Amino acid sequence: MGYSGFRVIKEGLFGQKGWKPVWRDPAPKAAYDAVIIGGGGHGLSTAFYLAKEHGMTNIAVLEKGYIGGGNVGRNTTIVRANYFLPGNSEFYSHSLKMWETLEQELNYNVMHSQRGLINLFHSDSQRDAFARRGNAMINQGDDAILLDQDGVREYLPYLDFDNVRFPIYGGLYHPRGGTARHDAVAWGYARGADLRGVDIIQNCEVTGIDIEGGVVKGVQTTRGAIRAKKVGIVVAGRSSQVAAMAGMRLPIESHVLQAFVTEGLKPVIDHVVSFGMGHFYISQSDKGGLVFGGDIDFYASYAARGNLPMKEHVMDAAMTLMPMIGKAKVLRSWGGIMDMTPDGSPIIDKTPTEGLFIDCGWCYGGFKAVPGSGFSFAHLMATGQHHAPAAKFRLDRFRTGAGLMDEEGTGSQHNLH
Amino acid sequence: MRLQAPEHTVDFTFDGRRIKGVLGEPVAAALLANGIKLVARSFKYHRPRGVMSAGSEEQNALVTLGRGAQAEPNVRATTLEVAAGLEVWSQNAWPSLRYDVMAVNDFVAPFLAAGFYYKTFMWPRSFWEKLYEPVIRRAAGLGALSGENNAETYEKAFAFCDVLVIGAGPAGLMAALTAARAGADVILADEDTAMGGRLLREHEQIDSRPAREWVAEVLAELDAMPNVRLMTRTTVTGAYDQGTYGALERVAGPRMPDKPVACFWRIVAKRAILCAGALERPIAFPNNDRPGIMIASAVRSYVNRWGVVPGKAVAVFGNNDDVYRTARDLVVAGVKVVAVIDSRDGEAVVTGNRDDVTLGGDYPVYMGAQVIGTKGRHALQSITIRHKGGTRTIKADCLAVSGGWNPTVHLTCHMNGRPTWNEEIASFVPTPDSVPGLVTAGACNGTFSTAGCLSEAAEVAAQVAGGLGLKPKVTVPAADDAAYSVTPLWAVPGKGRKWIDFQNDVHVKDIKLAAQENFRSVEHMKRYTTQGMAPDQGKSSNVVALAVLADATGRGIPETGTTTFRPPYVPVPIAAMGAGGQGKGFAPQRFTTSHQASVARGAPMIEAGLWYRPSYFPQRGETDWRASCDREVGYVRNAVGVCDVSTLGKIDIQGPDASALLDFVYTNKFSTLKVGRVRYGLMLREDGHVMDDGTTARLGETHFVMTTTTAAASQMMRHLAFVLQVLRPDLDATVISATEQWAQFAVAGPQARTLLNTVLDQEIDDKSWPFMACGAVRVGGVAGRLFRISFSGEHAYEIAVPARYGESLFRILVAQAEVLGGGPYGMEALNVLRIEKGFITHAEMHGRTTAYDLGMERMVSAQKDCIGKTAAARPGLLGAERQQLVGLRAKGSDHALTTGAHLFERAAAETRENSQGYVTSVCFSPTFGTYLALGFLENGRARHGEVIKLRDHLRGISEEVTVCDPVFFDPTGGRARG
Amino acid sequence: MRITCPNCGERDRREFYYQGDAVALSRPAPDAGLEAWDDYLHNRENPAGDTRDLWFHEAGCGAWVVVTRNTATHAVLDTALAERSPR
Repeated sequence: MGYSGFRVIKEGLFGQKGWKPVWRDPAPKAAYDAVIIGGGGHGLSTAFYLAKEHGMTNIAVLEKGYIGGGNVGRNTTIVRANYFLPGNSEFYSHSLKMWETLEQELNYNVMHSQRGLINLFHSDSQRDAFARRGNAMINQGDDAILLDQDGVREYLPYLDFDNVRFPIYGGLYHPRGGTARHDAVAWGYARGADLRGVDIIQNCEVTGIDIEGGVVKGVQTTRGAIRAKKVGIVVAGRSSQVAAMAGMRLPIESHVLQAFVTEGLKPVIDHVVSFGMGHFYISQSDKGGLVFGGDIDFYASYAARGNLPMKEHVMDAAMTLMPMIGKAKVLRSWGGIMDMTPDGSPIIDKTPTEGLFIDCGWCYGGFKAVPGSGFSFAHLMATGQHHAPAAKFRLDRFRTGAGLMDEEGTGSQHNLH
Repeated sequence: MRLQAPEHTVDFTFDGRRIKGVLGEPVAAALLANGIKLVARSFKYHRPRGVMSAGSEEQNALVTLGRGAQAEPNVRATTLEVAAGLEVWSQNAWPSLRYDVMAVNDFVAPFLAAGFYYKTFMWPRSFWEKLYEPVIRRAAGLGALSGENNAETYEKAFAFCDVLVIGAGPAGLMAALTAARAGADVILADEDTAMGGRLLREHEQIDSRPAREWVAEVLAELDAMPNVRLMTRTTVTGAYDQGTYGALERVAGPRMPDKPVACFWRIVAKRAILCAGALERPIAFPNNDRPGIMIASAVRSYVNRWGVVPGKAVAVFGNNDDVYRTARDLVVAGVKVVAVIDSRDGEAVVTGNRDDVTLGGDYPVYMGAQVIGTKGRHALQSITIRHKGGTRTIKADCLAVSGGWNPTVHLTCHMNGRPTWNEEIASFVPTPDSVPGLVTAGACNGTFSTAGCLSEAAEVAAQVAGGLGLKPKVTVPAADDAAYSVTPLWAVPGKGRKWIDFQNDVHVKDIKLAAQENFRSVEHMKRYTTQGMAPDQGKSSNVVALAVLADATGRGIPETGTTTFRPPYVPVPIAAMGAGGQGKGFAPQRFTTSHQASVARGAPMIEAGLWYRPSYFPQRGETDWRASCDREVGYVRNAVGVCDVSTLGKIDIQGPDASALLDFVYTNKFSTLKVGRVRYGLMLREDGHVMDDGTTARLGETHFVMTTTTAAASQMMRHLAFVLQVLRPDLDATVISATEQWAQFAVAGPQARTLLNTVLDQEIDDKSWPFMACGAVRVGGVAGRLFRISFSGEHAYEIAVPARYGESLFRILVAQAEVLGGGPYGMEALNVLRIEKGFITHAEMHGRTTAYDLGMERMVSAQKDCIGKTAAARPGLLGAERQQLVGLRAKGSDHALTTGAHLFERAAAETRENSQGYVTSVCFSPTFGTYLALGFLENGRARHGEVIKLRDHLRGISEEVTVCDPVFFDPTGGRARG
Repeated sequence: MRITCPNCGERDRREFYYQGDAVALSRPAPDAGLEAWDDYLHNRENPAGDTRDLWFHEAGCGAWVVVTRNTATHAVLDTALAERSPR
C-alpha cells in the first residue's frame, strides 16, 4: 500500500494500525538467481534496480547485521555532482539526476534537499582548480557558479571574512548539491526491493564464496549455503575480506572517517559549505543538528571510531571559518570505515570469477552514489555489460595506468584521497 | 521554596523576570526555589516541561544563556551556576514559554507519529525545498545561535598522570585516595562543582559520622598531596586509544569570571578508574512529562544539598527501595509526602532507616500500585493511581519517580565495547576490558551501596597501583550497606502517551509502531523514532526504550541488544575542542626576512602555503595590480629585479652516497654533475607521476643543496628520509632542512651581474660564474652562496646569506636595483615571467601529470633506476591520447584568457566528451602584449599551430587561441646564458 | 592514540605522519613486471587485525617507524626503526 499524506492522516485517525512492515524478514531460500552480499545503500539499491529494471526478482540481499548499518547510516548526507575528471563526471551526474526523482520512484521521502553546496577557495591557485572543475561540471550538463568573495558573503554572511588565517577568495556554488536523510535511503530502497519480491535477509553473514572451475556457484553463510547464479559483492568497509573469499586482493586500504553532530539548533546554516584550507564541511539537518566532518584519521582502521587529533582539526577549522558556531555543542561523533583506493575513485566491475561482480572503493564519497551505483551495478550484473556512466570504474586501471581518476592528484597512497 | 532563607542572594533573570538565587547553586535550584515549574518546551510537540534531574543528564530544562551575539543555546539549567546578572532565557517557544503557538503540534500529534515524514511531503516534487522543508526546519531545533562570531576565550591543554579517576563519589574518592597514598600521580576529575558525588545529597554514615564529613576529610588529604590534581567541573567526555581521555572543564563562571569559558583537556593516563556512578531512570506512564514530575534522586538533591523544596505536596512513585529513602528525606525536611506508590507487590520495605525518624505513619503507602495519569498543563496538579483497591486521584504538585538505576557505563562503550545485561539490577553493567587500561568500580559497576562502593574502589585502586609497581595499603572505612532491590517496571500498561525520550518526544507507542513496521533492531528503532538521539544521548531513556522494544518484539532485553554510546559523554562546545583555531590561530604563519621591508613598500602579502609572500609592489599612480605587475616584469626583462625566494625548500644533503641518493630520487643523473654546478631535476612519485622539480647544486664532492618548490618542502624532506631509511638503507647520506637558515634572493635581468658586483666582496664575470654555476661568495664580509640559475629566462642569480642578514641584504639589493632602473618584484610578476618562459609550477605538476605529459620524458635517464620510472612506463601513461603541455596564445591584447577554461576543437559542442584539455596558467604578457596560457591538450605536441577554442562557461569567455610550444620567450635560452 | 618511537619513546599520534602498509620495505626490481608493481603500488592485504605499517616521526626525530598494530582495536603491538627492519 502506497505512502501518502492522505494515508498518514487516515492512519493517524485509526491508531496507526494499518502500517505494514517496511520489508519482510524472510528465511533464506536454498537458491536464487542472484545474491547481493551487503545490505547497505549500494546493495539495496542494486537489488531494487535488478528487480525494477531487469525483472530479476528471485534475488536476495544478505546482510550480516541490520540493513543500512554501515556507511549509508554514518555519513554526513551530502549529495552532489561536482567532479571534474571523465569517468567521475558522468557517473555522479547520472546519480544526481536519479536523486532528483528518487522519492517518487521509491514512494518514500528520503528528504533530498537541493539546498546548494558551496566549496570555498582561499588562493588564486585554488580558484583556478575550481574553475576547471566548474567548467567540467557545465560541460557535463550540471550546474556551477563561480562566486567571488562578495558572492560568498551574500550566501554565507556568517563566515569570518576579516580575521581568518586563510582569506576567503570565493566559492564554487553548485545549486543542485544538497543533502538527504541517509537512513531513509536505505529503508526506501529496502521497501521498494521487498515490494518487488526481493528477499532481504538480515543477520546472515557470508562466510565463503563457492567457486567451481572459475564460475561462481553460491555462497556459504551463517544461515546455511545459498546457491546463486550471480553474486555481487557490495560491502564497503569489508570489501577486502569478502573479496579474499574469492581469492582476490583489492587495491583498497580501509580507513576510519569521523563525523559529528551538534545539539538541535534553529536554522542557521542553509547550505552545504566546505572549507578549502583544511578538511571541514558542514550542513544543518532538518532536525536542527549541525552535521559536519573532516578528513579520515589517516591510519588503516576497522574500528569505526576515531581519535582526538582529527576531531580537533575539524573543530579548529570550524572555528577559523565560521566562529559563530563555537557555542554549538557536539553531541555525538562516530566513525565509518572507508574503502580507500589508490586514485580515490570507485570500482564497479566483473571479477576474474565468472558470475562474480564487485562494487567497492567509494572512499568517503559513497552516499551520493547510492542510486547511480545500484543502477549501474545492477546493469552490469544483469547484462554483463558495463553501464555507460560507470564504464570507467575498472579494476585494471591501476595495473595499466589507463583511466586513473585521481581528483585530489595525490597519487597511489590510499589514505591521501 | 527554600528550607531556610539564604544569608546572601544574587539577582539573575529568567525570561526577563528577576530571580533571587544563591551564588553557585544550579539555576534549576533557584527556579524551583522561586516556584517556577515551567522552564522549557519540548522538541517536537512543544509540550510544557520542567526541571527533571539535577545533573548533566537533564532532558527538559535546556535554556539559553545571555542574549545577543554571545548567547549560548541549549545550556542545562541543572548545571548552570547562578551568578549575579545572569540572563537566562527559555527557548523553542514563541511568542512566550507559557503561550507557545507551536504547541498546536501536540493537538495534531496523532498525525505526527514516528517516521510520518518518510511517508508524505513527496508531492509535488519541488515543494520539498520550497515549502515542506523550511516549515519543518523552523519548527525543529531547540535554541538558536546568534550568527555572530564567538568572542569568548576557550582553551585546550594536555595533562599526564599515572591514574585518572573519573568521578568523585564514594568510589572515586576511595580509589583516588588509595592510589595517591600508594604514590601514584593521580588526577581526580568530577563534573560537579563539588566533589562527593551522591554523598552530597544523601543522609549516610561513613566511619560513624555523616558522610559529608568524611568527604571533606578525604578531599583535604588529597588536596595536600603533591601527586594529586583535583579537577572539579571537569567531565571526562571520551575514552580514546592508548589511555587518552578527552575532558571538558568549565572554567569561567561565578568563581573565575575573567578566565576562559572552558578548557578541553587531553589527559594521557597509564591507568584509569571509572567511578562515574549511576543515573536514575524514569518510568513511562501516561503524561509523565508534566512540570513537577522529577527524578526521585534529583528531588533529594534539591532538598538535601540545595535546601530547595520542589513542591508542597510531593508523591513518590517507584519500583525499588529508593522510594522510601526519598519519602524519608522529604519528611525529615518537613515536606508533606502525600503518597508513596510502590509498584512492587508485598509489604512496604523500609530501608536506610534513621533513628530519629519514624516512618510509615506519616503518609499512605500503596503497594503494587502505579501512576496511570497526571493533570496540570503548566505544572502538576494531581496524579491518578491504580492500586489494589481501585483508582484514586491524589493532589500533588511534585512527583518523584524512581525506575531504578542505570550504571554510567558510557565511557566503557567508547571503544566499541558493549555492556552486559545484569538481571539483578535490571540494567547494563560494563563489560571488563572494554577500554584497555580502564577498570570500573562502584555504582557504575552496578555496586550501589556505599560500603560496597568503598571496598570495591579500594580494591580496584590497589590492583591498579600494584600494576604500576607501587605498594598500596587498603583501609576501608565502615559505611552504610543498604541492599538495593528493584522489580522492573518500564511502562505502565494502559492508554495515553507515555514518554520515554523526553528530549525528542518519543513515547511508548512510537517504539511499538517501529516494531510493527519491522524496525525491530535496536539501531533501526533508534533511527526511526529518534529515541536516544537528543542532546542527552538517551542517558536516561535508552534502557527503558530497549525494554519496551523487547516487549513489543517478544524478545528478552539481552537478545534485543544494546545501543551504542558514543563520545562525548556530555555535549562539548565546538569552541572548546577547536580552541585556538579561530582567526589566525588555525595554522602557523611563516614570514620571510624581507617581510617587513615588503610590507613597508605597500606590498599586499598573500599566503603561499604557510608563508606570506608579496603579491606586487605598488607605486604611486598605479591604479591596479596589473600596472605594477607589468612594470615589475619590465624590470627583469630590461634592467634588474629582486625577489625573495627564501620560501623555496632548501635541503642540505651530505655523505659518500649523496650523489647516488640524488640519482635515485631524480629522473635525471646527478652523479655526473660537477662540483660548482647546478642542475635542474625532475622527481616522480613511485606511481610514475611528477612530484616536484627544482635545482640541486653540488657544493662539494659529497655535499649538495637541493631546492624544492615552496609547497613541497616538507613533503620532500619526508620523501628523502623515506628513501634513505625505507627503500635504500644501503645509502650512506644524511639530509637536513636548511630552508629557514638561509635567506635567498633572485637577482634577475640584463643588469643582474652589474648589481651583484656592487655588493659582492669579489667581482664575478661570465667566466667565473657561467650559467648554472654555483659556489661560495662573500657579501660585505658575510659568507654566502651564489647560484647562477634563472626562473625568468633572463641572466639571473640567486644569492643566499644566513637568514639573520636577509633583511639587510634585501634592502641593499633593492636599493642597488633601483639605481639600475629596476626594483623588487612580487609573485604576480614572477608568475608572468615563468609563463612567458614556459616554466612549470604545481599548476602544471598537479599530481596527475607525467614527465611524458610535460614533454620531459627525455629527462628520465635510461641508464639508471629511479623512483617512479617503472610505473611511469605503464602503457596507460603513454600515447597520443594523453593531454600534453602546450602554450596557448590569444588573438590580441583585448582577448583575455582564463585559467580553468576547457579546450575544444573550434566547432565542437562544449560537452564533456569533446573537452580535449584545459588551461593551467594564464598571464597578460607585457613582453608580447597579449595573453598567454599554459595548458594541457590531447596530443598537444603534434598540434602546434592549430587554432582551437578556449571556453570558460563560468566567466563567460570563449576565445580562439593558437596552440604553440610552451616556451614563448627566448626559446633558445640565449638570454639566460648571456 | 600513542605510538612508541624507538628513538624518542611514547608520543602522541599527532607527531607522526602515516604512509600505509609496510609493503614499501620490499620494493620490486624494476623488471619485476606489471603484476609485481601493481601489488607493490596498489593491492593490499588490508587485514582487519594485525598489520604492519609505516609511520614517520615527523614532528620528532625524523625516523621512519614500522608499527605492528591491530586495525580492529588500535592496539600497538610493536614498533621498530624501518632502517633496521627485515625486508
